[in-house]
Amino acid sequence: MTARWPTWLILGLTLTFLIGPFLIIIFAGLSAGNSLAFPPQGLSLKWYLKVFTIESFHASFALSMFLAVFGTLAALVIGIPAAYALNRYDIPGAETIKTAVAAPIIVPGIIVGLALLRYLVVPLDVTITMALFVAHTALVLPYAVRVVSSSLQNLRVDMEEAAILLGCTRLQAFTKVVLPNIRGGVLAAFILGFVTSFNEVPVSLFLSGPGVRTMPIDMLSYMEITYDPSVAALSALLAFMCVAIVFTAEKFLGFSRYV
Amino acid sequence: MSDAFVSLSDLTLAYGESIAVPNLNLDIRQGELIALLGPSGCGKTTTMRAIAGLMPAKSGTITIDGRDVTRVPANKRGIGLVFQSYALFPHLSAFENAAFGLRLQRRPEAEIRSRTQAALEIVGLAHLAARKPSEMSGGQQQRLALARSLVMEPKVLLLDEPLSNLDARLRLEMRTELQRLQRETGITMVFVTHDQSEALALADRVVLMRDGVIEQIGPPDALYNTPVTAFAADFMGFENIFAVEGTSLSSEQGALAVSYSADAPYLGWRPGAVRLGSGSHEARVRSVAFAGGHREYVLDTQIGPVRADVDIAAPVFSVDEAVMFDLPQETAHPLKAS
Repeated sequence: MTARWPTWLILGLTLTFLIGPFLIIIFAGLSAGNSLAFPPQGLSLKWYLKVFTIESFHASFALSMFLAVFGTLAALVIGIPAAYALNRYDIPGAETIKTAVAAPIIVPGIIVGLALLRYLVVPLDVTITMALFVAHTALVLPYAVRVVSSSLQNLRVDMEEAAILLGCTRLQAFTKVVLPNIRGGVLAAFILGFVTSFNEVPVSLFLSGPGVRTMPIDMLSYMEITYDPSVAALSALLAFMCVAIVFTAEKFLGFSRYV
Repeated sequence: MSDAFVSLSDLTLAYGESIAVPNLNLDIRQGELIALLGPSGCGKTTTMRAIAGLMPAKSGTITIDGRDVTRVPANKRGIGLVFQSYALFPHLSAFENAAFGLRLQRRPEAEIRSRTQAALEIVGLAHLAARKPSEMSGGQQQRLALARSLVMEPKVLLLDEPLSNLDARLRLEMRTELQRLQRETGITMVFVTHDQSEALALADRVVLMRDGVIEQIGPPDALYNTPVTAFAADFMGFENIFAVEGTSLSSEQGALAVSYSADAPYLGWRPGAVRLGSGSHEARVRSVAFAGGHREYVLDTQIGPVRADVDIAAPVFSVDEAVMFDLPQETAHPLKAS
């Protein structure tokens, strides 16, 4: 038993390192003072309340929500058929395609952002919202393909053949048999995509423009001007939102099976 | 054959460039129970999938009930298939699994209820209608798969290795069940198996296949008693098959001079047809095993191992004992080259 204490020490340090910053932000937001500091100067909820009154946060939160929800949905609309095709058909170069699909994860976000800015937004004169939508869809797509693929691999092909022999067209076999049986994976992909998109910084940094900013970018620029604890309060609130989503997913879906 | 219900003529099946089944001709009568028998890779499953429409024909035709269905897609052929893995839909209850096809056809709810209920009753699963497939035993899952096909009143019911996933007791039960079903519904059934005893026990006619070609067709007793080729005999339990050269038998291991010759290129003996304890050839007992009514011997001989079954009342020989044996002309079965 004496040899156990190094294990506990390492575990404790790891948890402190992972959760510590989160706790610091929560308490920094509870400050009664006027500047961002830890430990907080007295306790109050005023910064948590002030967050809701800042106009620009309303717009950027709405934009981030829009991108996270619809960007992820778009990624699923493209990703589910792609995952199906990669799994079920003998496509030449399927492995290469899988690697290519994962590219936005591998390539640093700064490069993706710069490339999209230089070759999508500038020459084609795409609106900023549109560019952000395209970028977020592309960023989430790899997760959609990966997660949906892994649940498709567990689904036997003969189930679709059975459906066809009972009268289904190929499309019906997909919607009536395949889709219901991978819905856990699809939901997991959606949540993973949502969180990824919502927290995305580097690509959005390049594509944000005047008046159109995602939540994290807006928080950055707010901090450059006003160094008060409201940013800490907002961060804490957003973190709670993401944690709540993931926990709910884990509880109802066994989320971690798919990721 | 004019009374053919399912007719495969000059059917050629291929995976890409490699031909799995060349020029197959097979007629199946209405209400017949046919076994496609053969080792893995013999084309039996491919043939079954072609009848179902899951495998396109490269050339030739498939006729069912007088209609050419060669180019009819699988979902319009009206054929049932019970998969080896059962392929049940895990997200649906037993009832909804069985009702799946009728729901697709948008039948009235009352008809769906009564027909599905009836099908579940036929296979003895009516009391489990609310269960999910994952909450059912292997045997129950298979009967559900059967009910799901039967509810559609298919012209032909195909079964892929219907008994291979079941344990010995369930196997007997399912065999009885399938025969009863076939008697009661008069449905034409084709099942695929690699197990000769399954084929012989169940089928009206057995189609023995090898390398995509039909080796022999016939009723179980004909196939069992009078296999035509060495391959068929080997599959039907003739464990001692030797080539005939003049008045000697030969195998890869050696030759044995005998007192007779034969017109056939091969002769075969079941283990029970080998004489042990007397005869003109010497052997050494490699192993002996008690098997209820008889003892099973493996002998080391000049032409390699010989299998012999001897009545339990006969004297016992022990391992390594020298013993005389004979492959008698009277019990030899003539066989064509494979």
